[in-house]
Amino acid sequence: MIDGFVAVYVFMLAAFVGNEIISKVPVVLHTPLMSGSNFIHGIVLVGAMVALGHADTQLEKVFGFIAVFLGAGNAAGGYVVTERMLEMFKTKKKDKGDKK
Amino acid sequence: MSEYFPLIIKLSYFVAAVLFIVGLRRMSAPGTAKGGIVWAGFGMVIATVVTFLTPDMHNYWLILAALVSATVIAWVSGKKVAMTDMPQMVALYNGMGGGSAAFIGAMELYKATNGHTMSVIPTSLALIGVFIGAISLTGSLIAFGKLQGLIDKRYTFPGQNIFNGIFALAVIGFGVYTFSHMEAMNLWIFFGGSLLLGLLMTMPIGGADMPVVISLYNAFTGLAVSFEGYVLGNWAMIVAGMLVGAAGTLLTQLMAKAMNRTIGNVLFGSMGGDDSGGSDGEQGEMKEIEGADAAIMMAYAERVIIVPGYGLAVAQAQHKLWEMTQLLTDNGVDVKFAIHPVAGRMPGHMNVLLAEAGVPYDMIEDMEDINPQFKQTDVALVIGANDVVNPAARDDPSSSIYGMPILETDLSKNVIVIKRGRGTGFAGIQNGLFFKDNTKMLFGDAQDAISELITGLKEL
Repeated sequence: MIDGFVAVYVFMLAAFVGNEIISKVPVVLHTPLMSGSNFIHGIVLVGAMVALGHADTQLEKVFGFIAVFLGAGNAAGGYVVTERMLEMFKTKKKDKGDKK
Repeated sequence: MSEYFPLIIKLSYFVAAVLFIVGLRRMSAPGTAKGGIVWAGFGMVIATVVTFLTPDMHNYWLILAALVSATVIAWVSGKKVAMTDMPQMVALYNGMGGGSAAFIGAMELYKATNGHTMSVIPTSLALIGVFIGAISLTGSLIAFGKLQGLIDKRYTFPGQNIFNGIFALAVIGFGVYTFSHMEAMNLWIFFGGSLLLGLLMTMPIGGADMPVVISLYNAFTGLAVSFEGYVLGNWAMIVAGMLVGAAGTLLTQLMAKAMNRTIGNVLFGSMGGDDSGGSDGEQGEMKEIEGADAAIMMAYAERVIIVPGYGLAVAQAQHKLWEMTQLLTDNGVDVKFAIHPVAGRMPGHMNVLLAEAGVPYDMIEDMEDINPQFKQTDVALVIGANDVVNPAARDDPSSSIYGMPILETDLSKNVIVIKRGRGTGFAGIQNGLFFKDNTKMLFGDAQDAISELITGLKEL
């Protein structure tokens, strides 16, 4: 188990890091960044896997299955969508000539 | 070997957390953004793979089945969806994450109802995680439905805010009761109440405010993930969830600020719900223009500023627009794109679309940079944008969007507005710009209208 106060420090530090990163973002990147952060909380998948891995009763298995399913959807979908959005930022630089 | 598994898992989670932070950091600068998601992606894969090493696990086939089926479905749908539908996909995937966190919390608490001991802090954090995760799930689903056009109106009734407020307090109160009376039935009522609350909260919010709402629920999911991470003793979830919780909250504030609204205002002051807007009724005649005439106006202009809005995205007309722009620049016209911070359905939505069509960065300008230039502009071409160019936001203190920063297209010498119909925008407010003497209306779908302009330009 986690010592409660260590976690409080980690909560605090992670919050500052998250705040710090976003504060210098150009408007252009707001949507991709929202999408990217949406992908990152897809890490809930690992928690769901552990939970389902320790599920015993029927109900626990159902809940665990739903949790893994939803978490995996969050992670996979979040990745694809973010990648597709950011792909556009990359192409436009060298794109001036070859795409008519 | 297997005695090292817990250490390997801990190390891998640490690496994943570092990769998430680096990835998010890289995603926040245009040059490195593309690589950022790949870094974060590696973190996710590492974390997912090592989780299979967790000691004392069973149900491996169930885990694999859920993992693989959801990954395939989400991957394919994410690949197939049109660029214009991205915002609602983000909402959908975000809701899934929130739901996942809520179900984890509910399951851990359920174990506590039959024997498992759970101390005070994990119990309370699990309950809070269920609460906000559930709100994020149903709220995001409603947001998805609204943007997808499945739910096409706002459901409001008198006293709604008070009703929702009381309902929210009731759910929270019941959560506290559940905390002290940990029984399965109480838990289900609490879970169901939280789900219902997300639904009720989001139904009255109009489409124009959806970006802010999605971003808010994104932050919610982050927090829920972080709290459930604490319950499970999973550091990767704690760090990543809190990172997103904080980043998402700030992002939400930035978006709300760009619309001159507070988050509370978005959630509880449903915009355009009543007819309190000062500029009601007709303000004169709208003057129509033919595509060919509009093309001539622009071809002989020195400076043209294009203001894209959601109408462009809906019509998928960004490629046509770029084709038209190239014809204009070939004619020696100085063309710029002006992007309002909340144009489209999400901040940056328009930038993404224009980038997809191949419009170079240096033609696209932010609101602050472009606004002083409208006075020297011959033609401002507004495509499917409405509220972000409504002068009432600047001039009419009684308007419900008063104070929202706008693109001051009305200051340019001529304005051409491409618009599908005569109705009001998402805020449901009449737009004085459309009735001004120097404004011409080109009615039609953005795709058709721009095609007409292209034909007109080619015939010159």
